[in-house]
Amino acid sequence: MQLTLEFGGGLELLCESVKVHNVNVDLPKGAEKLTMRDLLSWVRTNLIKERPEMFMKGESVRPGVLVLVNDCDWELSGQLDTTLEEKDVVVFISTLHGG
Amino acid sequence: MESSGDDVARIRREIQALKDEKACIEQKISVLEAQLQETASLAPQLQQNGDVCNGSCPPITAVGANMAHGLSADSIYRYSRHLLLPSFGVQAQSNLLKSSILVVGAGGLGSPALLYLAACGVGRLGVVDHDVVELNNMHRQVIHTEAYIGQPKVKSAAAACRAINSTIQIVEHKEALRTSNALEILSRYDIIIDATDNAPSRYMISDCCVVLGKPLVSGAALGLEGQLTVYNYKGGPCYRCLFPTPPPTTACQRCSDSGVLGVVPGIIGCLQALEAIKMASAVGEPLSGRMLLFDALSARIRIVKIRGRSVQCEVCGENTTFNQQQFKDFDYEKFTQSPLSTSPPKLKLLAPDSRITSKEYKGRIVAGEAHVLVDVRPEHHYRIVSIPKSLNIPLASLEARLSEISAALKQEQEQEGTGSGANLYVICRRGNDSQRAVQYLHNKGFNLAKDIVGGLESWVHDVDPNFPMY
Ligand SMILES: [Zn+2]
Repeated sequence: MQLTLEFGGGLELLCESVKVHNVNVDLPKGAEKLTMRDLLSWVRTNLIKERPEMFMKGESVRPGVLVLVNDCDWELSGQLDTTLEEKDVVVFISTLHGG
Repeated sequence: MESSGDDVARIRREIQALKDEKACIEQKISVLEAQLQETASLAPQLQQNGDVCNGSCPPITAVGANMAHGLSADSIYRYSRHLLLPSFGVQAQSNLLKSSILVVGAGGLGSPALLYLAACGVGRLGVVDHDVVELNNMHRQVIHTEAYIGQPKVKSAAAACRAINSTIQIVEHKEALRTSNALEILSRYDIIIDATDNAPSRYMISDCCVVLGKPLVSGAALGLEGQLTVYNYKGGPCYRCLFPTPPPTTACQRCSDSGVLGVVPGIIGCLQALEAIKMASAVGEPLSGRMLLFDALSARIRIVKIRGRSVQCEVCGENTTFNQQQFKDFDYEKFTQSPLSTSPPKLKLLAPDSRITSKEYKGRIVAGEAHVLVDVRPEHHYRIVSIPKSLNIPLASLEARLSEISAALKQEQEQEGTGSGANLYVICRRGNDSQRAVQYLHNKGFNLAKDIVGGLESWVHDVDPNFPMY
Protein backbone atom coordinates (compact mmCIF):
# COMPACT_ATOMS: atom_id res chain seq x y z
CA MET A 1 0.00 0.00 0.00
CA GLN A 2 1.41 3.39 -1.06
CA LEU A 3 1.49 5.86 1.81
CA THR A 4 3.09 9.24 2.44
CA LEU A 5 4.54 9.59 5.91
CA GLU A 6 5.69 12.94 7.27
CA PHE A 7 7.65 13.70 10.39
CA GLY A 8 7.85 17.14 12.01
CA GLY A 9 8.53 19.12 15.16
CA GLY A 10 11.90 17.40 15.55
CA LEU A 11 10.73 13.81 14.97
CA GLU A 12 12.47 13.89 11.57
CA LEU A 13 15.76 13.80 13.49
CA LEU A 14 14.95 10.19 14.39
CA CYS A 15 14.83 9.22 10.71
CA GLU A 16 17.98 10.80 9.34
CA SER A 17 16.45 14.28 9.14
CA VAL A 18 14.18 13.31 6.24
CA LYS A 19 10.73 14.80 6.71
CA VAL A 20 8.74 13.20 3.89
CA HIS A 21 8.84 9.46 3.16
CA ASN A 22 6.92 7.90 0.29
CA VAL A 23 6.65 4.29 1.32
CA ASN A 24 5.12 1.02 0.28
CA VAL A 25 3.79 -0.96 3.23
CA ASP A 26 2.66 -4.55 2.83
CA LEU A 27 -0.44 -5.80 4.64
CA PRO A 28 0.37 -8.05 7.59
CA LYS A 29 0.12 -11.75 6.68
CA GLY A 30 -3.48 -12.88 6.49
CA ALA A 31 -4.85 -9.39 7.19
CA GLU A 32 -7.32 -7.67 4.92
CA LYS A 33 -6.60 -4.11 6.00
CA LEU A 34 -3.76 -2.02 7.32
CA THR A 35 -4.33 -0.24 10.63
CA MET A 36 -2.35 2.50 12.34
CA ARG A 37 -1.20 -0.17 14.81
CA ASP A 38 0.42 -2.06 11.96
CA LEU A 39 1.88 1.11 10.47
CA LEU A 40 3.48 2.21 13.76
CA SER A 41 5.22 -1.10 14.12
CA TRP A 42 6.36 -0.85 10.47
CA VAL A 43 7.70 2.68 11.06
CA ARG A 44 9.48 1.58 14.21
CA THR A 45 11.24 -1.20 12.30
CA ASN A 46 11.91 0.50 8.98
CA LEU A 47 12.25 4.25 9.50
CA ILE A 48 13.29 5.08 13.04
CA LYS A 49 17.06 5.00 13.09
CA GLU A 50 17.76 6.15 16.63
CA ARG A 51 16.22 6.70 20.09
CA PRO A 52 12.93 4.84 19.40
CA GLU A 53 11.71 5.90 22.86
CA MET A 54 11.48 9.42 21.45
CA PHE A 55 8.84 8.17 19.02
CA MET A 56 6.95 5.36 20.71
CA LYS A 57 5.74 4.32 24.11
CA GLY A 58 4.27 0.85 24.32
CA GLU A 59 2.46 0.16 21.07
CA SER A 60 1.43 3.80 20.55
CA VAL A 61 3.28 7.09 20.06
CA ARG A 62 4.91 8.79 23.06
CA PRO A 63 3.11 11.62 24.89
CA GLY A 64 3.44 14.93 23.04
CA VAL A 65 3.20 13.45 19.53
CA LEU A 66 0.17 14.28 17.39
CA VAL A 67 -0.81 11.79 14.71
CA LEU A 68 -2.76 13.09 11.73
CA VAL A 69 -4.33 10.87 9.09
CA ASN A 70 -5.18 12.97 6.03
CA ASP A 71 -4.90 16.17 8.08
CA CYS A 72 -7.20 14.87 10.78
CA ASP A 73 -6.33 13.99 14.39
CA TRP A 74 -6.26 10.18 14.70
CA GLU A 75 -8.32 10.49 17.91
CA LEU A 76 -11.24 11.21 15.55
CA SER A 77 -10.71 8.11 13.43
CA GLY A 78 -10.07 5.48 16.09
CA GLN A 79 -6.41 5.98 17.04
CA LEU A 80 -4.52 2.67 16.68
CA ASP A 81 -7.55 1.05 15.03
CA THR A 82 -7.72 3.63 12.23
CA THR A 83 -7.84 1.81 8.90
CA LEU A 84 -5.54 3.17 6.23
CA GLU A 85 -6.34 3.42 2.53
CA GLU A 86 -4.17 3.64 -0.55
CA LYS A 87 -2.39 7.06 -0.90
CA ASP A 88 -3.22 8.18 2.64
CA VAL A 89 -0.98 10.84 4.19
CA VAL A 90 0.04 10.21 7.79
CA VAL A 91 1.78 12.99 9.73
CA PHE A 92 3.65 12.50 13.01
CA ILE A 93 4.39 15.79 14.70
CA SER A 94 5.99 16.54 18.02
CA THR A 95 4.41 19.41 19.90
CA LEU A 96 6.71 22.44 20.21
CA HIS A 97 7.18 24.49 23.38
CA GLY A 98 9.65 27.12 22.24
CA GLY A 99 9.05 30.77 21.60
CA MET B 1 50.96 49.09 17.57
CA GLU B 2 50.30 50.24 21.09
CA SER B 3 48.70 53.47 20.00
CA SER B 4 46.04 51.66 17.95
CA GLY B 5 45.27 49.50 20.98
CA ASP B 6 44.77 52.69 22.98
CA ASP B 7 42.51 54.02 20.24
CA VAL B 8 40.36 50.93 20.36
CA ALA B 9 40.02 51.20 24.12
CA ARG B 10 39.18 54.91 23.90
CA ILE B 11 36.55 54.37 21.19
CA ARG B 12 35.02 51.52 23.19
CA ARG B 13 34.81 53.74 26.27
CA GLU B 14 33.23 56.50 24.23
CA ILE B 15 30.65 54.12 22.73
CA GLN B 16 29.81 52.80 26.18
CA ALA B 17 29.43 56.32 27.59
CA LEU B 18 27.11 57.28 24.72
CA LYS B 19 25.07 54.10 25.17
CA ASP B 20 24.67 54.84 28.87
CA GLU B 21 23.55 58.35 28.04
CA LYS B 22 21.10 57.04 25.43
CA ALA B 23 19.61 54.51 27.87
CA CYS B 24 19.23 57.28 30.40
CA ILE B 25 17.38 59.49 27.91
CA GLU B 26 15.11 56.62 26.80
CA GLN B 27 14.31 55.96 30.42
CA LYS B 28 13.31 59.62 30.93
CA ILE B 29 11.17 59.50 27.80
CA SER B 30 9.27 56.42 28.93
CA VAL B 31 8.62 57.95 32.34
CA LEU B 32 7.29 61.10 30.67
CA GLU B 33 5.17 59.04 28.29
CA ALA B 34 3.69 57.13 31.19
CA GLN B 35 2.89 60.44 32.89
CA LEU B 36 1.35 61.76 29.72
CA GLN B 37 -0.78 58.67 29.39
CA GLU B 38 -1.99 58.94 32.95
CA THR B 39 -2.87 62.60 32.53
CA ALA B 40 -4.64 61.87 29.26
CA SER B 41 -6.73 59.06 30.74
CA LEU B 42 -7.70 61.25 33.70
CA ALA B 43 -8.88 63.99 31.38
CA PRO B 44 -10.44 62.42 28.31
CA GLN B 45 -12.35 65.60 27.53
CA LEU B 46 -9.01 67.36 27.18
CA GLN B 47 -8.01 64.89 24.54
CA GLN B 48 -11.27 65.22 22.64
CA ASN B 49 -10.85 68.94 22.46
CA GLY B 50 -7.56 68.43 20.73
CA ASP B 51 -5.31 69.78 23.48
CA VAL B 52 -3.55 66.45 23.46
CA CYS B 53 -3.44 65.05 19.98
CA ASN B 54 -1.75 61.80 19.21
CA GLY B 55 -1.39 62.21 15.51
CA SER B 56 -1.44 64.71 12.74
CA CYS B 57 -5.21 64.68 12.87
CA PRO B 58 -7.09 67.93 12.75
CA PRO B 59 -9.04 68.43 15.99
CA ILE B 60 -12.74 68.32 15.33
CA THR B 61 -15.65 68.40 17.70
CA ALA B 62 -18.62 66.10 17.61
CA VAL B 63 -20.89 69.05 16.99
CA GLY B 64 -22.57 68.60 13.64
CA ALA B 65 -21.35 65.04 13.24
CA ASN B 66 -23.61 62.04 13.60
CA MET B 67 -21.85 59.13 15.32
CA ALA B 68 -23.76 56.31 17.02
CA HIS B 69 -20.56 54.57 18.17
CA GLY B 70 -18.27 55.84 20.90
CA LEU B 71 -15.19 56.43 18.76
CA SER B 72 -13.46 59.76 19.18
CA ALA B 73 -12.36 61.82 16.22
CA ASP B 74 -8.77 60.78 16.83
CA SER B 75 -9.78 57.15 16.96
CA ILE B 76 -11.69 57.42 13.70
CA TYR B 77 -8.63 58.82 11.99
CA ARG B 78 -6.14 56.45 13.60
CA TYR B 79 -8.16 53.29 12.85
CA SER B 80 -9.69 54.51 9.58
CA ARG B 81 -8.26 51.62 7.52
CA HIS B 82 -9.97 49.18 9.86
CA LEU B 83 -13.21 51.11 9.68
CA LEU B 84 -13.09 51.01 5.89
CA LEU B 85 -13.10 47.20 5.92
CA PRO B 86 -16.70 46.08 5.31
CA SER B 87 -16.09 42.86 7.27
CA PHE B 88 -14.56 44.73 10.21
CA GLY B 89 -15.82 48.29 10.40
CA VAL B 90 -16.93 50.48 13.28
CA GLN B 91 -18.55 47.70 15.32
CA ALA B 92 -15.47 45.43 15.37
CA GLN B 93 -13.16 48.35 16.12
CA SER B 94 -15.21 49.52 19.05
CA ASN B 95 -15.37 45.92 20.34
CA LEU B 96 -11.58 45.86 20.12
CA LEU B 97 -11.24 49.15 21.98
CA LYS B 98 -13.36 47.73 24.80
CA SER B 99 -11.41 44.46 25.01
CA SER B 100 -8.46 43.41 27.13
CA ILE B 101 -5.74 40.97 26.09
CA LEU B 102 -2.85 39.53 28.10
CA VAL B 103 0.38 38.39 26.43
CA VAL B 104 2.41 36.00 28.57
CA GLY B 105 6.03 36.30 27.45
CA ALA B 106 7.68 39.22 25.67
CA GLY B 107 10.03 37.04 23.61
CA GLY B 108 10.05 35.81 20.03
CA LEU B 109 6.28 35.20 19.87
CA GLY B 110 5.22 37.98 22.21
CA SER B 111 7.21 40.69 20.42
CA PRO B 112 5.25 40.87 17.15
CA ALA B 113 1.99 39.95 18.92
CA LEU B 114 2.33 42.93 21.28
CA LEU B 115 3.30 45.34 18.52
CA TYR B 116 0.21 44.51 16.45
CA LEU B 117 -2.13 44.38 19.44
CA ALA B 118 -0.96 47.81 20.58
CA ALA B 119 -1.23 49.21 17.07
CA CYS B 120 -4.70 47.82 16.37
CA GLY B 121 -6.27 49.42 19.42
CA VAL B 122 -6.88 46.75 22.05
CA GLY B 123 -8.27 48.77 24.94
CA ARG B 124 -6.11 47.24 27.65
CA LEU B 125 -3.00 45.28 26.80
CA GLY B 126 -1.07 43.43 29.51
CA VAL B 127 2.36 41.86 29.29
CA VAL B 128 3.93 39.37 31.72
CA ASP B 129 7.65 38.58 31.76
CA HIS B 130 10.36 38.35 34.40
CA ASP B 131 13.35 38.31 32.07
CA VAL B 132 15.76 41.01 30.93
CA VAL B 133 16.68 41.88 27.34
CA GLU B 134 19.86 40.20 26.09
CA LEU B 135 21.90 40.67 22.94
CA ASN B 136 21.11 37.12 21.77
CA ASN B 137 17.37 37.97 21.89
CA MET B 138 17.59 40.76 19.35
CA HIS B 139 17.48 38.58 16.22
CA ARG B 140 13.88 37.57 16.89
CA GLN B 141 12.47 39.60 19.78
CA VAL B 142 11.89 42.58 17.55
CA ILE B 143 10.01 44.68 20.08
CA HIS B 144 13.23 45.34 22.01
CA THR B 145 15.99 47.73 20.98
CA GLU B 146 19.69 47.68 21.83
CA ALA B 147 19.25 50.54 24.29
CA TYR B 148 17.22 48.18 26.53
CA ILE B 149 19.82 45.43 26.83
CA GLY B 150 20.04 44.50 30.49
CA GLN B 151 16.65 46.06 31.30
CA PRO B 152 13.38 44.21 32.00
CA LYS B 153 11.62 42.96 28.86
CA VAL B 154 8.28 44.14 30.22
CA LYS B 155 9.55 47.69 30.51
CA SER B 156 11.07 47.61 27.04
CA ALA B 157 7.97 46.05 25.47
CA ALA B 158 5.61 48.49 27.21
CA ALA B 159 7.67 51.48 26.07
CA ALA B 160 7.57 50.21 22.47
CA CYS B 161 3.79 49.69 22.64
CA ARG B 162 3.27 53.17 24.10
CA ALA B 163 5.43 54.65 21.38
CA ILE B 164 3.11 53.10 18.78
CA ASN B 165 -0.17 53.85 20.50
CA SER B 166 -0.36 56.18 23.49
CA THR B 167 -4.17 56.05 23.55
CA ILE B 168 -4.51 52.53 24.93
CA GLN B 169 -3.75 51.23 28.39
CA ILE B 170 -0.57 49.14 28.69
CA VAL B 171 -0.20 47.13 31.89
CA GLU B 172 3.23 45.88 32.98
CA HIS B 173 3.45 42.66 35.00
CA LYS B 174 7.17 42.41 35.75
CA GLU B 175 7.09 38.99 37.36
CA ALA B 176 7.24 35.31 36.51
CA LEU B 177 3.80 33.75 36.08
CA ARG B 178 3.24 31.22 38.89
CA THR B 179 0.25 29.38 40.29
CA SER B 180 0.32 31.92 43.12
CA ASN B 181 -0.27 34.97 40.88
CA ALA B 182 -1.72 33.54 37.65
CA LEU B 183 -5.40 33.54 38.68
CA GLU B 184 -5.22 37.12 39.83
CA ILE B 185 -3.39 38.37 36.71
CA LEU B 186 -5.30 36.38 34.07
CA SER B 187 -8.69 37.19 35.60
CA ARG B 188 -8.24 40.84 34.59
CA TYR B 189 -8.25 40.06 30.85
CA ASP B 190 -10.74 38.74 28.27
CA ILE B 191 -8.27 36.80 26.12
CA ILE B 192 -4.91 35.21 26.97
CA ILE B 193 -2.00 34.72 24.58
CA ASP B 194 0.54 32.05 25.48
CA ALA B 195 3.86 33.27 24.12
CA THR B 196 6.02 31.36 26.58
CA ASP B 197 8.80 28.94 25.81
CA ASN B 198 8.43 25.92 28.08
CA ALA B 199 6.12 22.98 28.79
CA PRO B 200 5.17 23.66 32.45
CA SER B 201 4.10 27.22 31.61
CA ARG B 202 1.93 25.92 28.78
CA TYR B 203 0.08 23.49 31.06
CA MET B 204 -0.22 26.11 33.80
CA ILE B 205 -1.62 28.82 31.50
CA SER B 206 -4.08 26.44 29.85
CA ASP B 207 -5.35 25.11 33.19
CA CYS B 208 -5.71 28.65 34.51
CA CYS B 209 -7.69 29.65 31.41
CA VAL B 210 -10.03 26.66 31.90
CA VAL B 211 -10.60 27.52 35.55
CA LEU B 212 -11.31 31.15 34.67
CA GLY B 213 -13.20 30.38 31.44
CA LYS B 214 -10.91 32.42 29.18
CA PRO B 215 -10.01 31.61 25.56
CA LEU B 216 -6.31 30.95 25.00
CA VAL B 217 -4.31 31.63 21.85
CA SER B 218 -1.39 29.25 21.98
CA GLY B 219 1.63 29.54 19.70
CA ALA B 220 5.01 27.84 19.64
CA ALA B 221 8.08 27.95 17.43
CA LEU B 222 11.39 26.13 17.28
CA GLY B 223 14.01 25.81 14.62
CA LEU B 224 12.16 26.32 11.34
CA GLU B 225 8.70 25.21 12.45
CA GLY B 226 5.77 26.77 14.20
CA GLN B 227 2.41 25.67 15.63
CA LEU B 228 -0.73 27.60 16.49
CA THR B 229 -4.19 26.89 17.88
CA VAL B 230 -6.92 28.36 20.08
CA TYR B 231 -7.81 26.46 23.26
CA ASN B 232 -10.81 26.58 25.57
CA TYR B 233 -12.95 28.57 23.15
CA LYS B 234 -16.72 27.97 23.36
CA GLY B 235 -16.54 24.30 24.34
CA GLY B 236 -13.41 23.55 22.30
CA PRO B 237 -10.53 21.46 23.60
CA CYS B 238 -7.96 22.64 26.15
CA TYR B 239 -4.22 21.97 26.04
CA ARG B 240 -4.66 18.92 28.27
CA CYS B 241 -7.38 17.44 26.06
CA LEU B 242 -4.67 17.21 23.39
CA PHE B 243 -1.75 16.40 25.62
CA PRO B 244 -3.04 14.71 28.79
CA THR B 245 0.42 13.34 29.60
CA PRO B 246 3.46 15.63 29.46
CA PRO B 247 6.17 14.64 26.98
CA PRO B 248 9.51 13.32 28.27
CA THR B 249 11.85 16.20 29.12
CA THR B 250 14.27 15.06 26.42
CA ALA B 251 11.57 15.90 23.86
CA CYS B 252 11.24 19.50 25.08
CA GLN B 253 13.84 21.40 23.12
CA ARG B 254 14.51 25.04 23.85
CA CYS B 255 15.39 27.80 21.38
CA SER B 256 18.49 28.48 23.49
CA ASP B 257 19.72 24.95 22.78
CA SER B 258 18.31 24.03 19.40
CA GLY B 259 18.20 27.45 17.75
CA VAL B 260 15.37 29.20 15.96
CA LEU B 261 15.20 31.28 12.79
CA GLY B 262 14.04 34.69 14.03
CA VAL B 263 11.26 35.25 11.53
CA VAL B 264 9.55 31.92 12.36
CA PRO B 265 8.29 32.92 15.84
CA GLY B 266 7.64 36.31 14.21
CA ILE B 267 5.12 34.71 11.85
CA ILE B 268 3.48 32.64 14.57
CA GLY B 269 3.35 35.66 16.92
CA CYS B 270 1.60 37.70 14.21
CA LEU B 271 -0.94 34.89 13.73
CA GLN B 272 -1.51 34.83 17.50
CA ALA B 273 -2.28 38.54 17.41
CA LEU B 274 -4.66 37.91 14.51
CA GLU B 275 -6.58 35.15 16.34
CA ALA B 276 -6.83 37.33 19.46
CA ILE B 277 -8.04 40.30 17.38
CA LYS B 278 -10.69 38.14 15.71
CA MET B 279 -12.06 36.97 19.05
CA ALA B 280 -11.84 40.40 20.70
CA SER B 281 -13.65 42.12 17.84
CA ALA B 282 -16.05 39.20 17.25
CA VAL B 283 -15.26 38.73 13.57
CA GLY B 284 -14.39 35.57 11.66
CA GLU B 285 -13.86 32.06 12.87
CA PRO B 286 -11.22 31.37 15.52
CA LEU B 287 -8.72 28.55 15.01
CA SER B 288 -10.42 26.36 17.61
CA GLY B 289 -10.59 22.60 17.07
CA ARG B 290 -8.00 23.09 14.36
CA MET B 291 -4.24 23.50 14.46
CA LEU B 292 -1.96 25.38 12.10
CA LEU B 293 1.39 23.77 11.39
CA PHE B 294 3.99 25.95 9.72
CA ASP B 295 7.10 24.56 8.04
CA ALA B 296 9.39 27.37 6.92
CA LEU B 297 11.85 25.25 4.92
CA SER B 298 9.25 23.79 2.59
CA ALA B 299 7.12 26.97 2.70
CA ARG B 300 4.05 25.03 3.76
CA ILE B 301 1.19 25.82 6.07
CA ARG B 302 -1.06 22.95 6.95
CA ILE B 303 -4.28 23.32 8.90
CA VAL B 304 -5.43 20.12 10.53
CA LYS B 305 -8.56 19.13 12.39
CA ILE B 306 -7.92 18.19 15.99
CA ARG B 307 -10.06 16.42 18.58
CA GLY B 308 -12.77 18.31 20.46
CA ARG B 309 -13.06 18.67 24.21
CA SER B 310 -12.23 15.35 25.85
CA VAL B 311 -14.86 13.93 28.19
CA GLN B 312 -12.05 12.39 30.24
CA CYS B 313 -9.94 15.56 30.43
CA GLU B 314 -8.72 15.99 34.00
CA VAL B 315 -9.15 19.74 33.86
CA CYS B 316 -12.05 20.53 31.52
CA GLY B 317 -13.74 17.12 31.22
CA GLU B 318 -17.21 16.11 32.34
CA ASN B 319 -16.45 14.76 35.80
CA THR B 320 -13.59 17.03 36.68
CA THR B 321 -13.33 18.65 40.07
CA PHE B 322 -10.39 20.83 39.09
CA ASN B 323 -10.93 24.27 40.61
CA GLN B 324 -9.04 27.40 41.57
CA GLN B 325 -7.69 25.93 44.80
CA GLN B 326 -6.41 22.82 43.04
CA PHE B 327 -4.82 25.01 40.43
CA LYS B 328 -3.00 26.98 43.11
CA ASP B 329 -1.72 23.78 44.70
CA PHE B 330 -0.70 22.07 41.46
CA ASP B 331 3.04 21.55 40.97
CA TYR B 332 3.62 22.12 37.24
CA GLU B 333 7.37 21.71 37.47
CA LYS B 334 6.95 18.29 39.03
CA PHE B 335 4.19 17.33 36.57
CA THR B 336 6.36 18.09 33.54
CA GLN B 337 9.70 17.39 35.23
CA SER B 338 11.05 20.68 33.94
CA PRO B 339 11.51 24.19 35.34
CA LEU B 340 9.06 27.05 34.70
CA SER B 341 11.91 29.42 34.02
CA THR B 342 13.96 29.18 30.85
CA SER B 343 17.21 28.55 32.70
CA PRO B 344 18.66 25.21 31.64
CA PRO B 345 18.92 22.45 34.24
CA LYS B 346 22.20 21.98 36.10
CA LEU B 347 23.06 18.30 36.30
CA LYS B 348 25.10 16.79 39.12
CA LEU B 349 26.12 13.34 37.96
CA LEU B 350 29.72 13.17 39.13
CA ALA B 351 31.69 13.10 42.36
CA PRO B 352 33.66 16.31 43.06
CA ASP B 353 36.99 14.55 42.42
CA SER B 354 35.86 13.84 38.85
CA ARG B 355 35.40 17.51 38.07
CA ILE B 356 37.59 20.59 37.85
CA THR B 357 36.70 24.26 37.48
CA SER B 358 37.56 26.23 34.36
CA LYS B 359 40.06 28.26 36.43
CA GLU B 360 41.82 25.10 37.60
CA TYR B 361 41.90 23.87 34.02
CA LYS B 362 43.47 27.15 32.89
CA GLY B 363 46.11 26.65 35.61
CA ARG B 364 46.95 23.24 34.19
CA ILE B 365 47.37 24.63 30.70
CA VAL B 366 49.72 27.31 32.04
CA ALA B 367 51.67 24.67 33.99
CA GLY B 368 52.16 22.73 30.76
CA GLU B 369 50.39 19.60 32.02
CA ALA B 370 50.15 16.75 29.51
CA HIS B 371 46.45 16.39 28.73
CA VAL B 372 43.76 15.98 26.10
CA LEU B 373 40.66 18.21 26.03
CA VAL B 374 37.62 16.58 24.44
CA ASP B 375 34.79 18.91 23.42
CA VAL B 376 31.56 16.90 23.26
CA ARG B 377 29.33 19.57 21.70
CA PRO B 378 27.64 18.91 18.33
CA GLU B 379 29.85 19.70 15.35
CA HIS B 380 27.86 22.81 14.33
CA HIS B 381 28.39 24.24 17.82
CA TYR B 382 32.13 23.49 17.65
CA ARG B 383 32.31 25.38 14.37
CA ILE B 384 31.04 28.55 16.07
CA VAL B 385 33.93 28.70 18.53
CA SER B 386 36.21 26.33 20.45
CA ILE B 387 39.17 26.22 22.81
CA PRO B 388 42.43 25.79 20.82
CA LYS B 389 43.81 22.24 20.55
CA SER B 390 40.58 20.66 21.77
CA LEU B 391 39.32 17.50 20.11
CA ASN B 392 35.67 17.57 18.96
CA ILE B 393 33.87 14.30 19.54
CA PRO B 394 30.11 14.98 19.86
CA LEU B 395 28.42 13.12 22.71
CA ALA B 396 26.25 11.19 20.25
CA SER B 397 29.30 9.70 18.52
CA LEU B 398 31.45 9.18 21.61
CA GLU B 399 30.83 5.45 21.70
CA ALA B 400 32.09 4.98 18.15
CA ARG B 401 35.13 7.23 18.54
CA LEU B 402 36.73 6.09 21.81
CA SER B 403 39.82 4.94 19.93
CA GLU B 404 40.50 8.53 18.87
CA ILE B 405 40.68 9.52 22.53
CA SER B 406 43.06 6.67 23.32
CA ALA B 407 45.27 7.66 20.40
CA ALA B 408 45.28 11.33 21.41
CA LEU B 409 46.18 10.45 25.00
CA LYS B 410 49.03 8.21 23.82
CA GLN B 411 50.39 10.86 21.48
CA GLU B 412 50.24 13.55 24.15
CA GLN B 413 52.03 11.31 26.62
CA GLU B 414 54.84 10.56 24.15
CA GLN B 415 55.24 14.22 23.21
CA GLU B 416 55.45 15.43 26.76
CA GLY B 417 57.59 12.49 27.83
CA THR B 418 55.72 12.07 31.09
CA GLY B 419 55.68 8.67 32.69
CA SER B 420 52.43 9.05 34.54
CA GLY B 421 50.19 9.43 31.49
CA ALA B 422 48.22 12.33 30.09
CA ASN B 423 45.07 13.62 31.80
CA LEU B 424 41.71 13.69 30.08
CA TYR B 425 39.30 16.62 30.37
CA VAL B 426 35.85 16.96 28.85
CA ILE B 427 34.05 20.20 28.09
CA CYS B 428 30.69 21.17 26.57
CA ARG B 429 28.60 24.34 26.43
CA ARG B 430 27.13 24.43 29.94
CA GLY B 431 28.57 21.44 31.77
CA ASN B 432 25.74 18.90 31.47
CA ASP B 433 26.75 16.82 28.46
CA SER B 434 30.38 16.81 29.67
CA GLN B 435 29.21 15.05 32.84
CA ARG B 436 27.27 12.49 30.82
CA ALA B 437 30.40 11.95 28.70
CA VAL B 438 32.70 11.56 31.72
CA GLN B 439 30.30 9.07 33.29
CA TYR B 440 30.38 7.05 30.08
CA LEU B 441 34.19 7.33 29.81
CA HIS B 442 34.61 6.08 33.39
CA ASN B 443 32.53 3.03 32.50
CA LYS B 444 34.77 2.42 29.50
CA GLY B 445 37.96 2.47 31.57
CA PHE B 446 39.01 6.10 31.14
CA ASN B 447 39.20 6.51 34.89
CA LEU B 448 41.10 9.80 34.84
CA ALA B 449 38.44 11.62 32.81
CA LYS B 450 37.18 14.82 34.46
CA ASP B 451 34.55 17.29 33.34
CA ILE B 452 35.05 21.04 33.39
CA VAL B 453 32.33 22.41 35.65
CA GLY B 454 29.96 24.79 33.88
CA GLY B 455 31.56 24.24 30.46
CA LEU B 456 32.40 27.07 28.09
CA GLU B 457 29.97 29.33 29.96
CA SER B 458 32.19 29.20 33.02
CA TRP B 459 35.29 29.54 30.82
CA VAL B 460 33.90 32.87 29.57
CA HIS B 461 32.81 33.88 33.04
CA ASP B 462 35.91 32.94 35.02
CA VAL B 463 38.83 32.70 32.59
CA ASP B 464 38.46 34.49 29.28
CA PRO B 465 35.74 37.17 29.06
CA ASN B 466 36.68 37.77 25.42
CA PHE B 467 35.87 34.20 24.40
CA PRO B 468 32.74 34.49 22.19
CA MET B 469 29.63 33.00 23.75
CA TYR B 470 26.40 32.08 22.00
ZN1 LIG C 1 -9.34 19.65 28.53
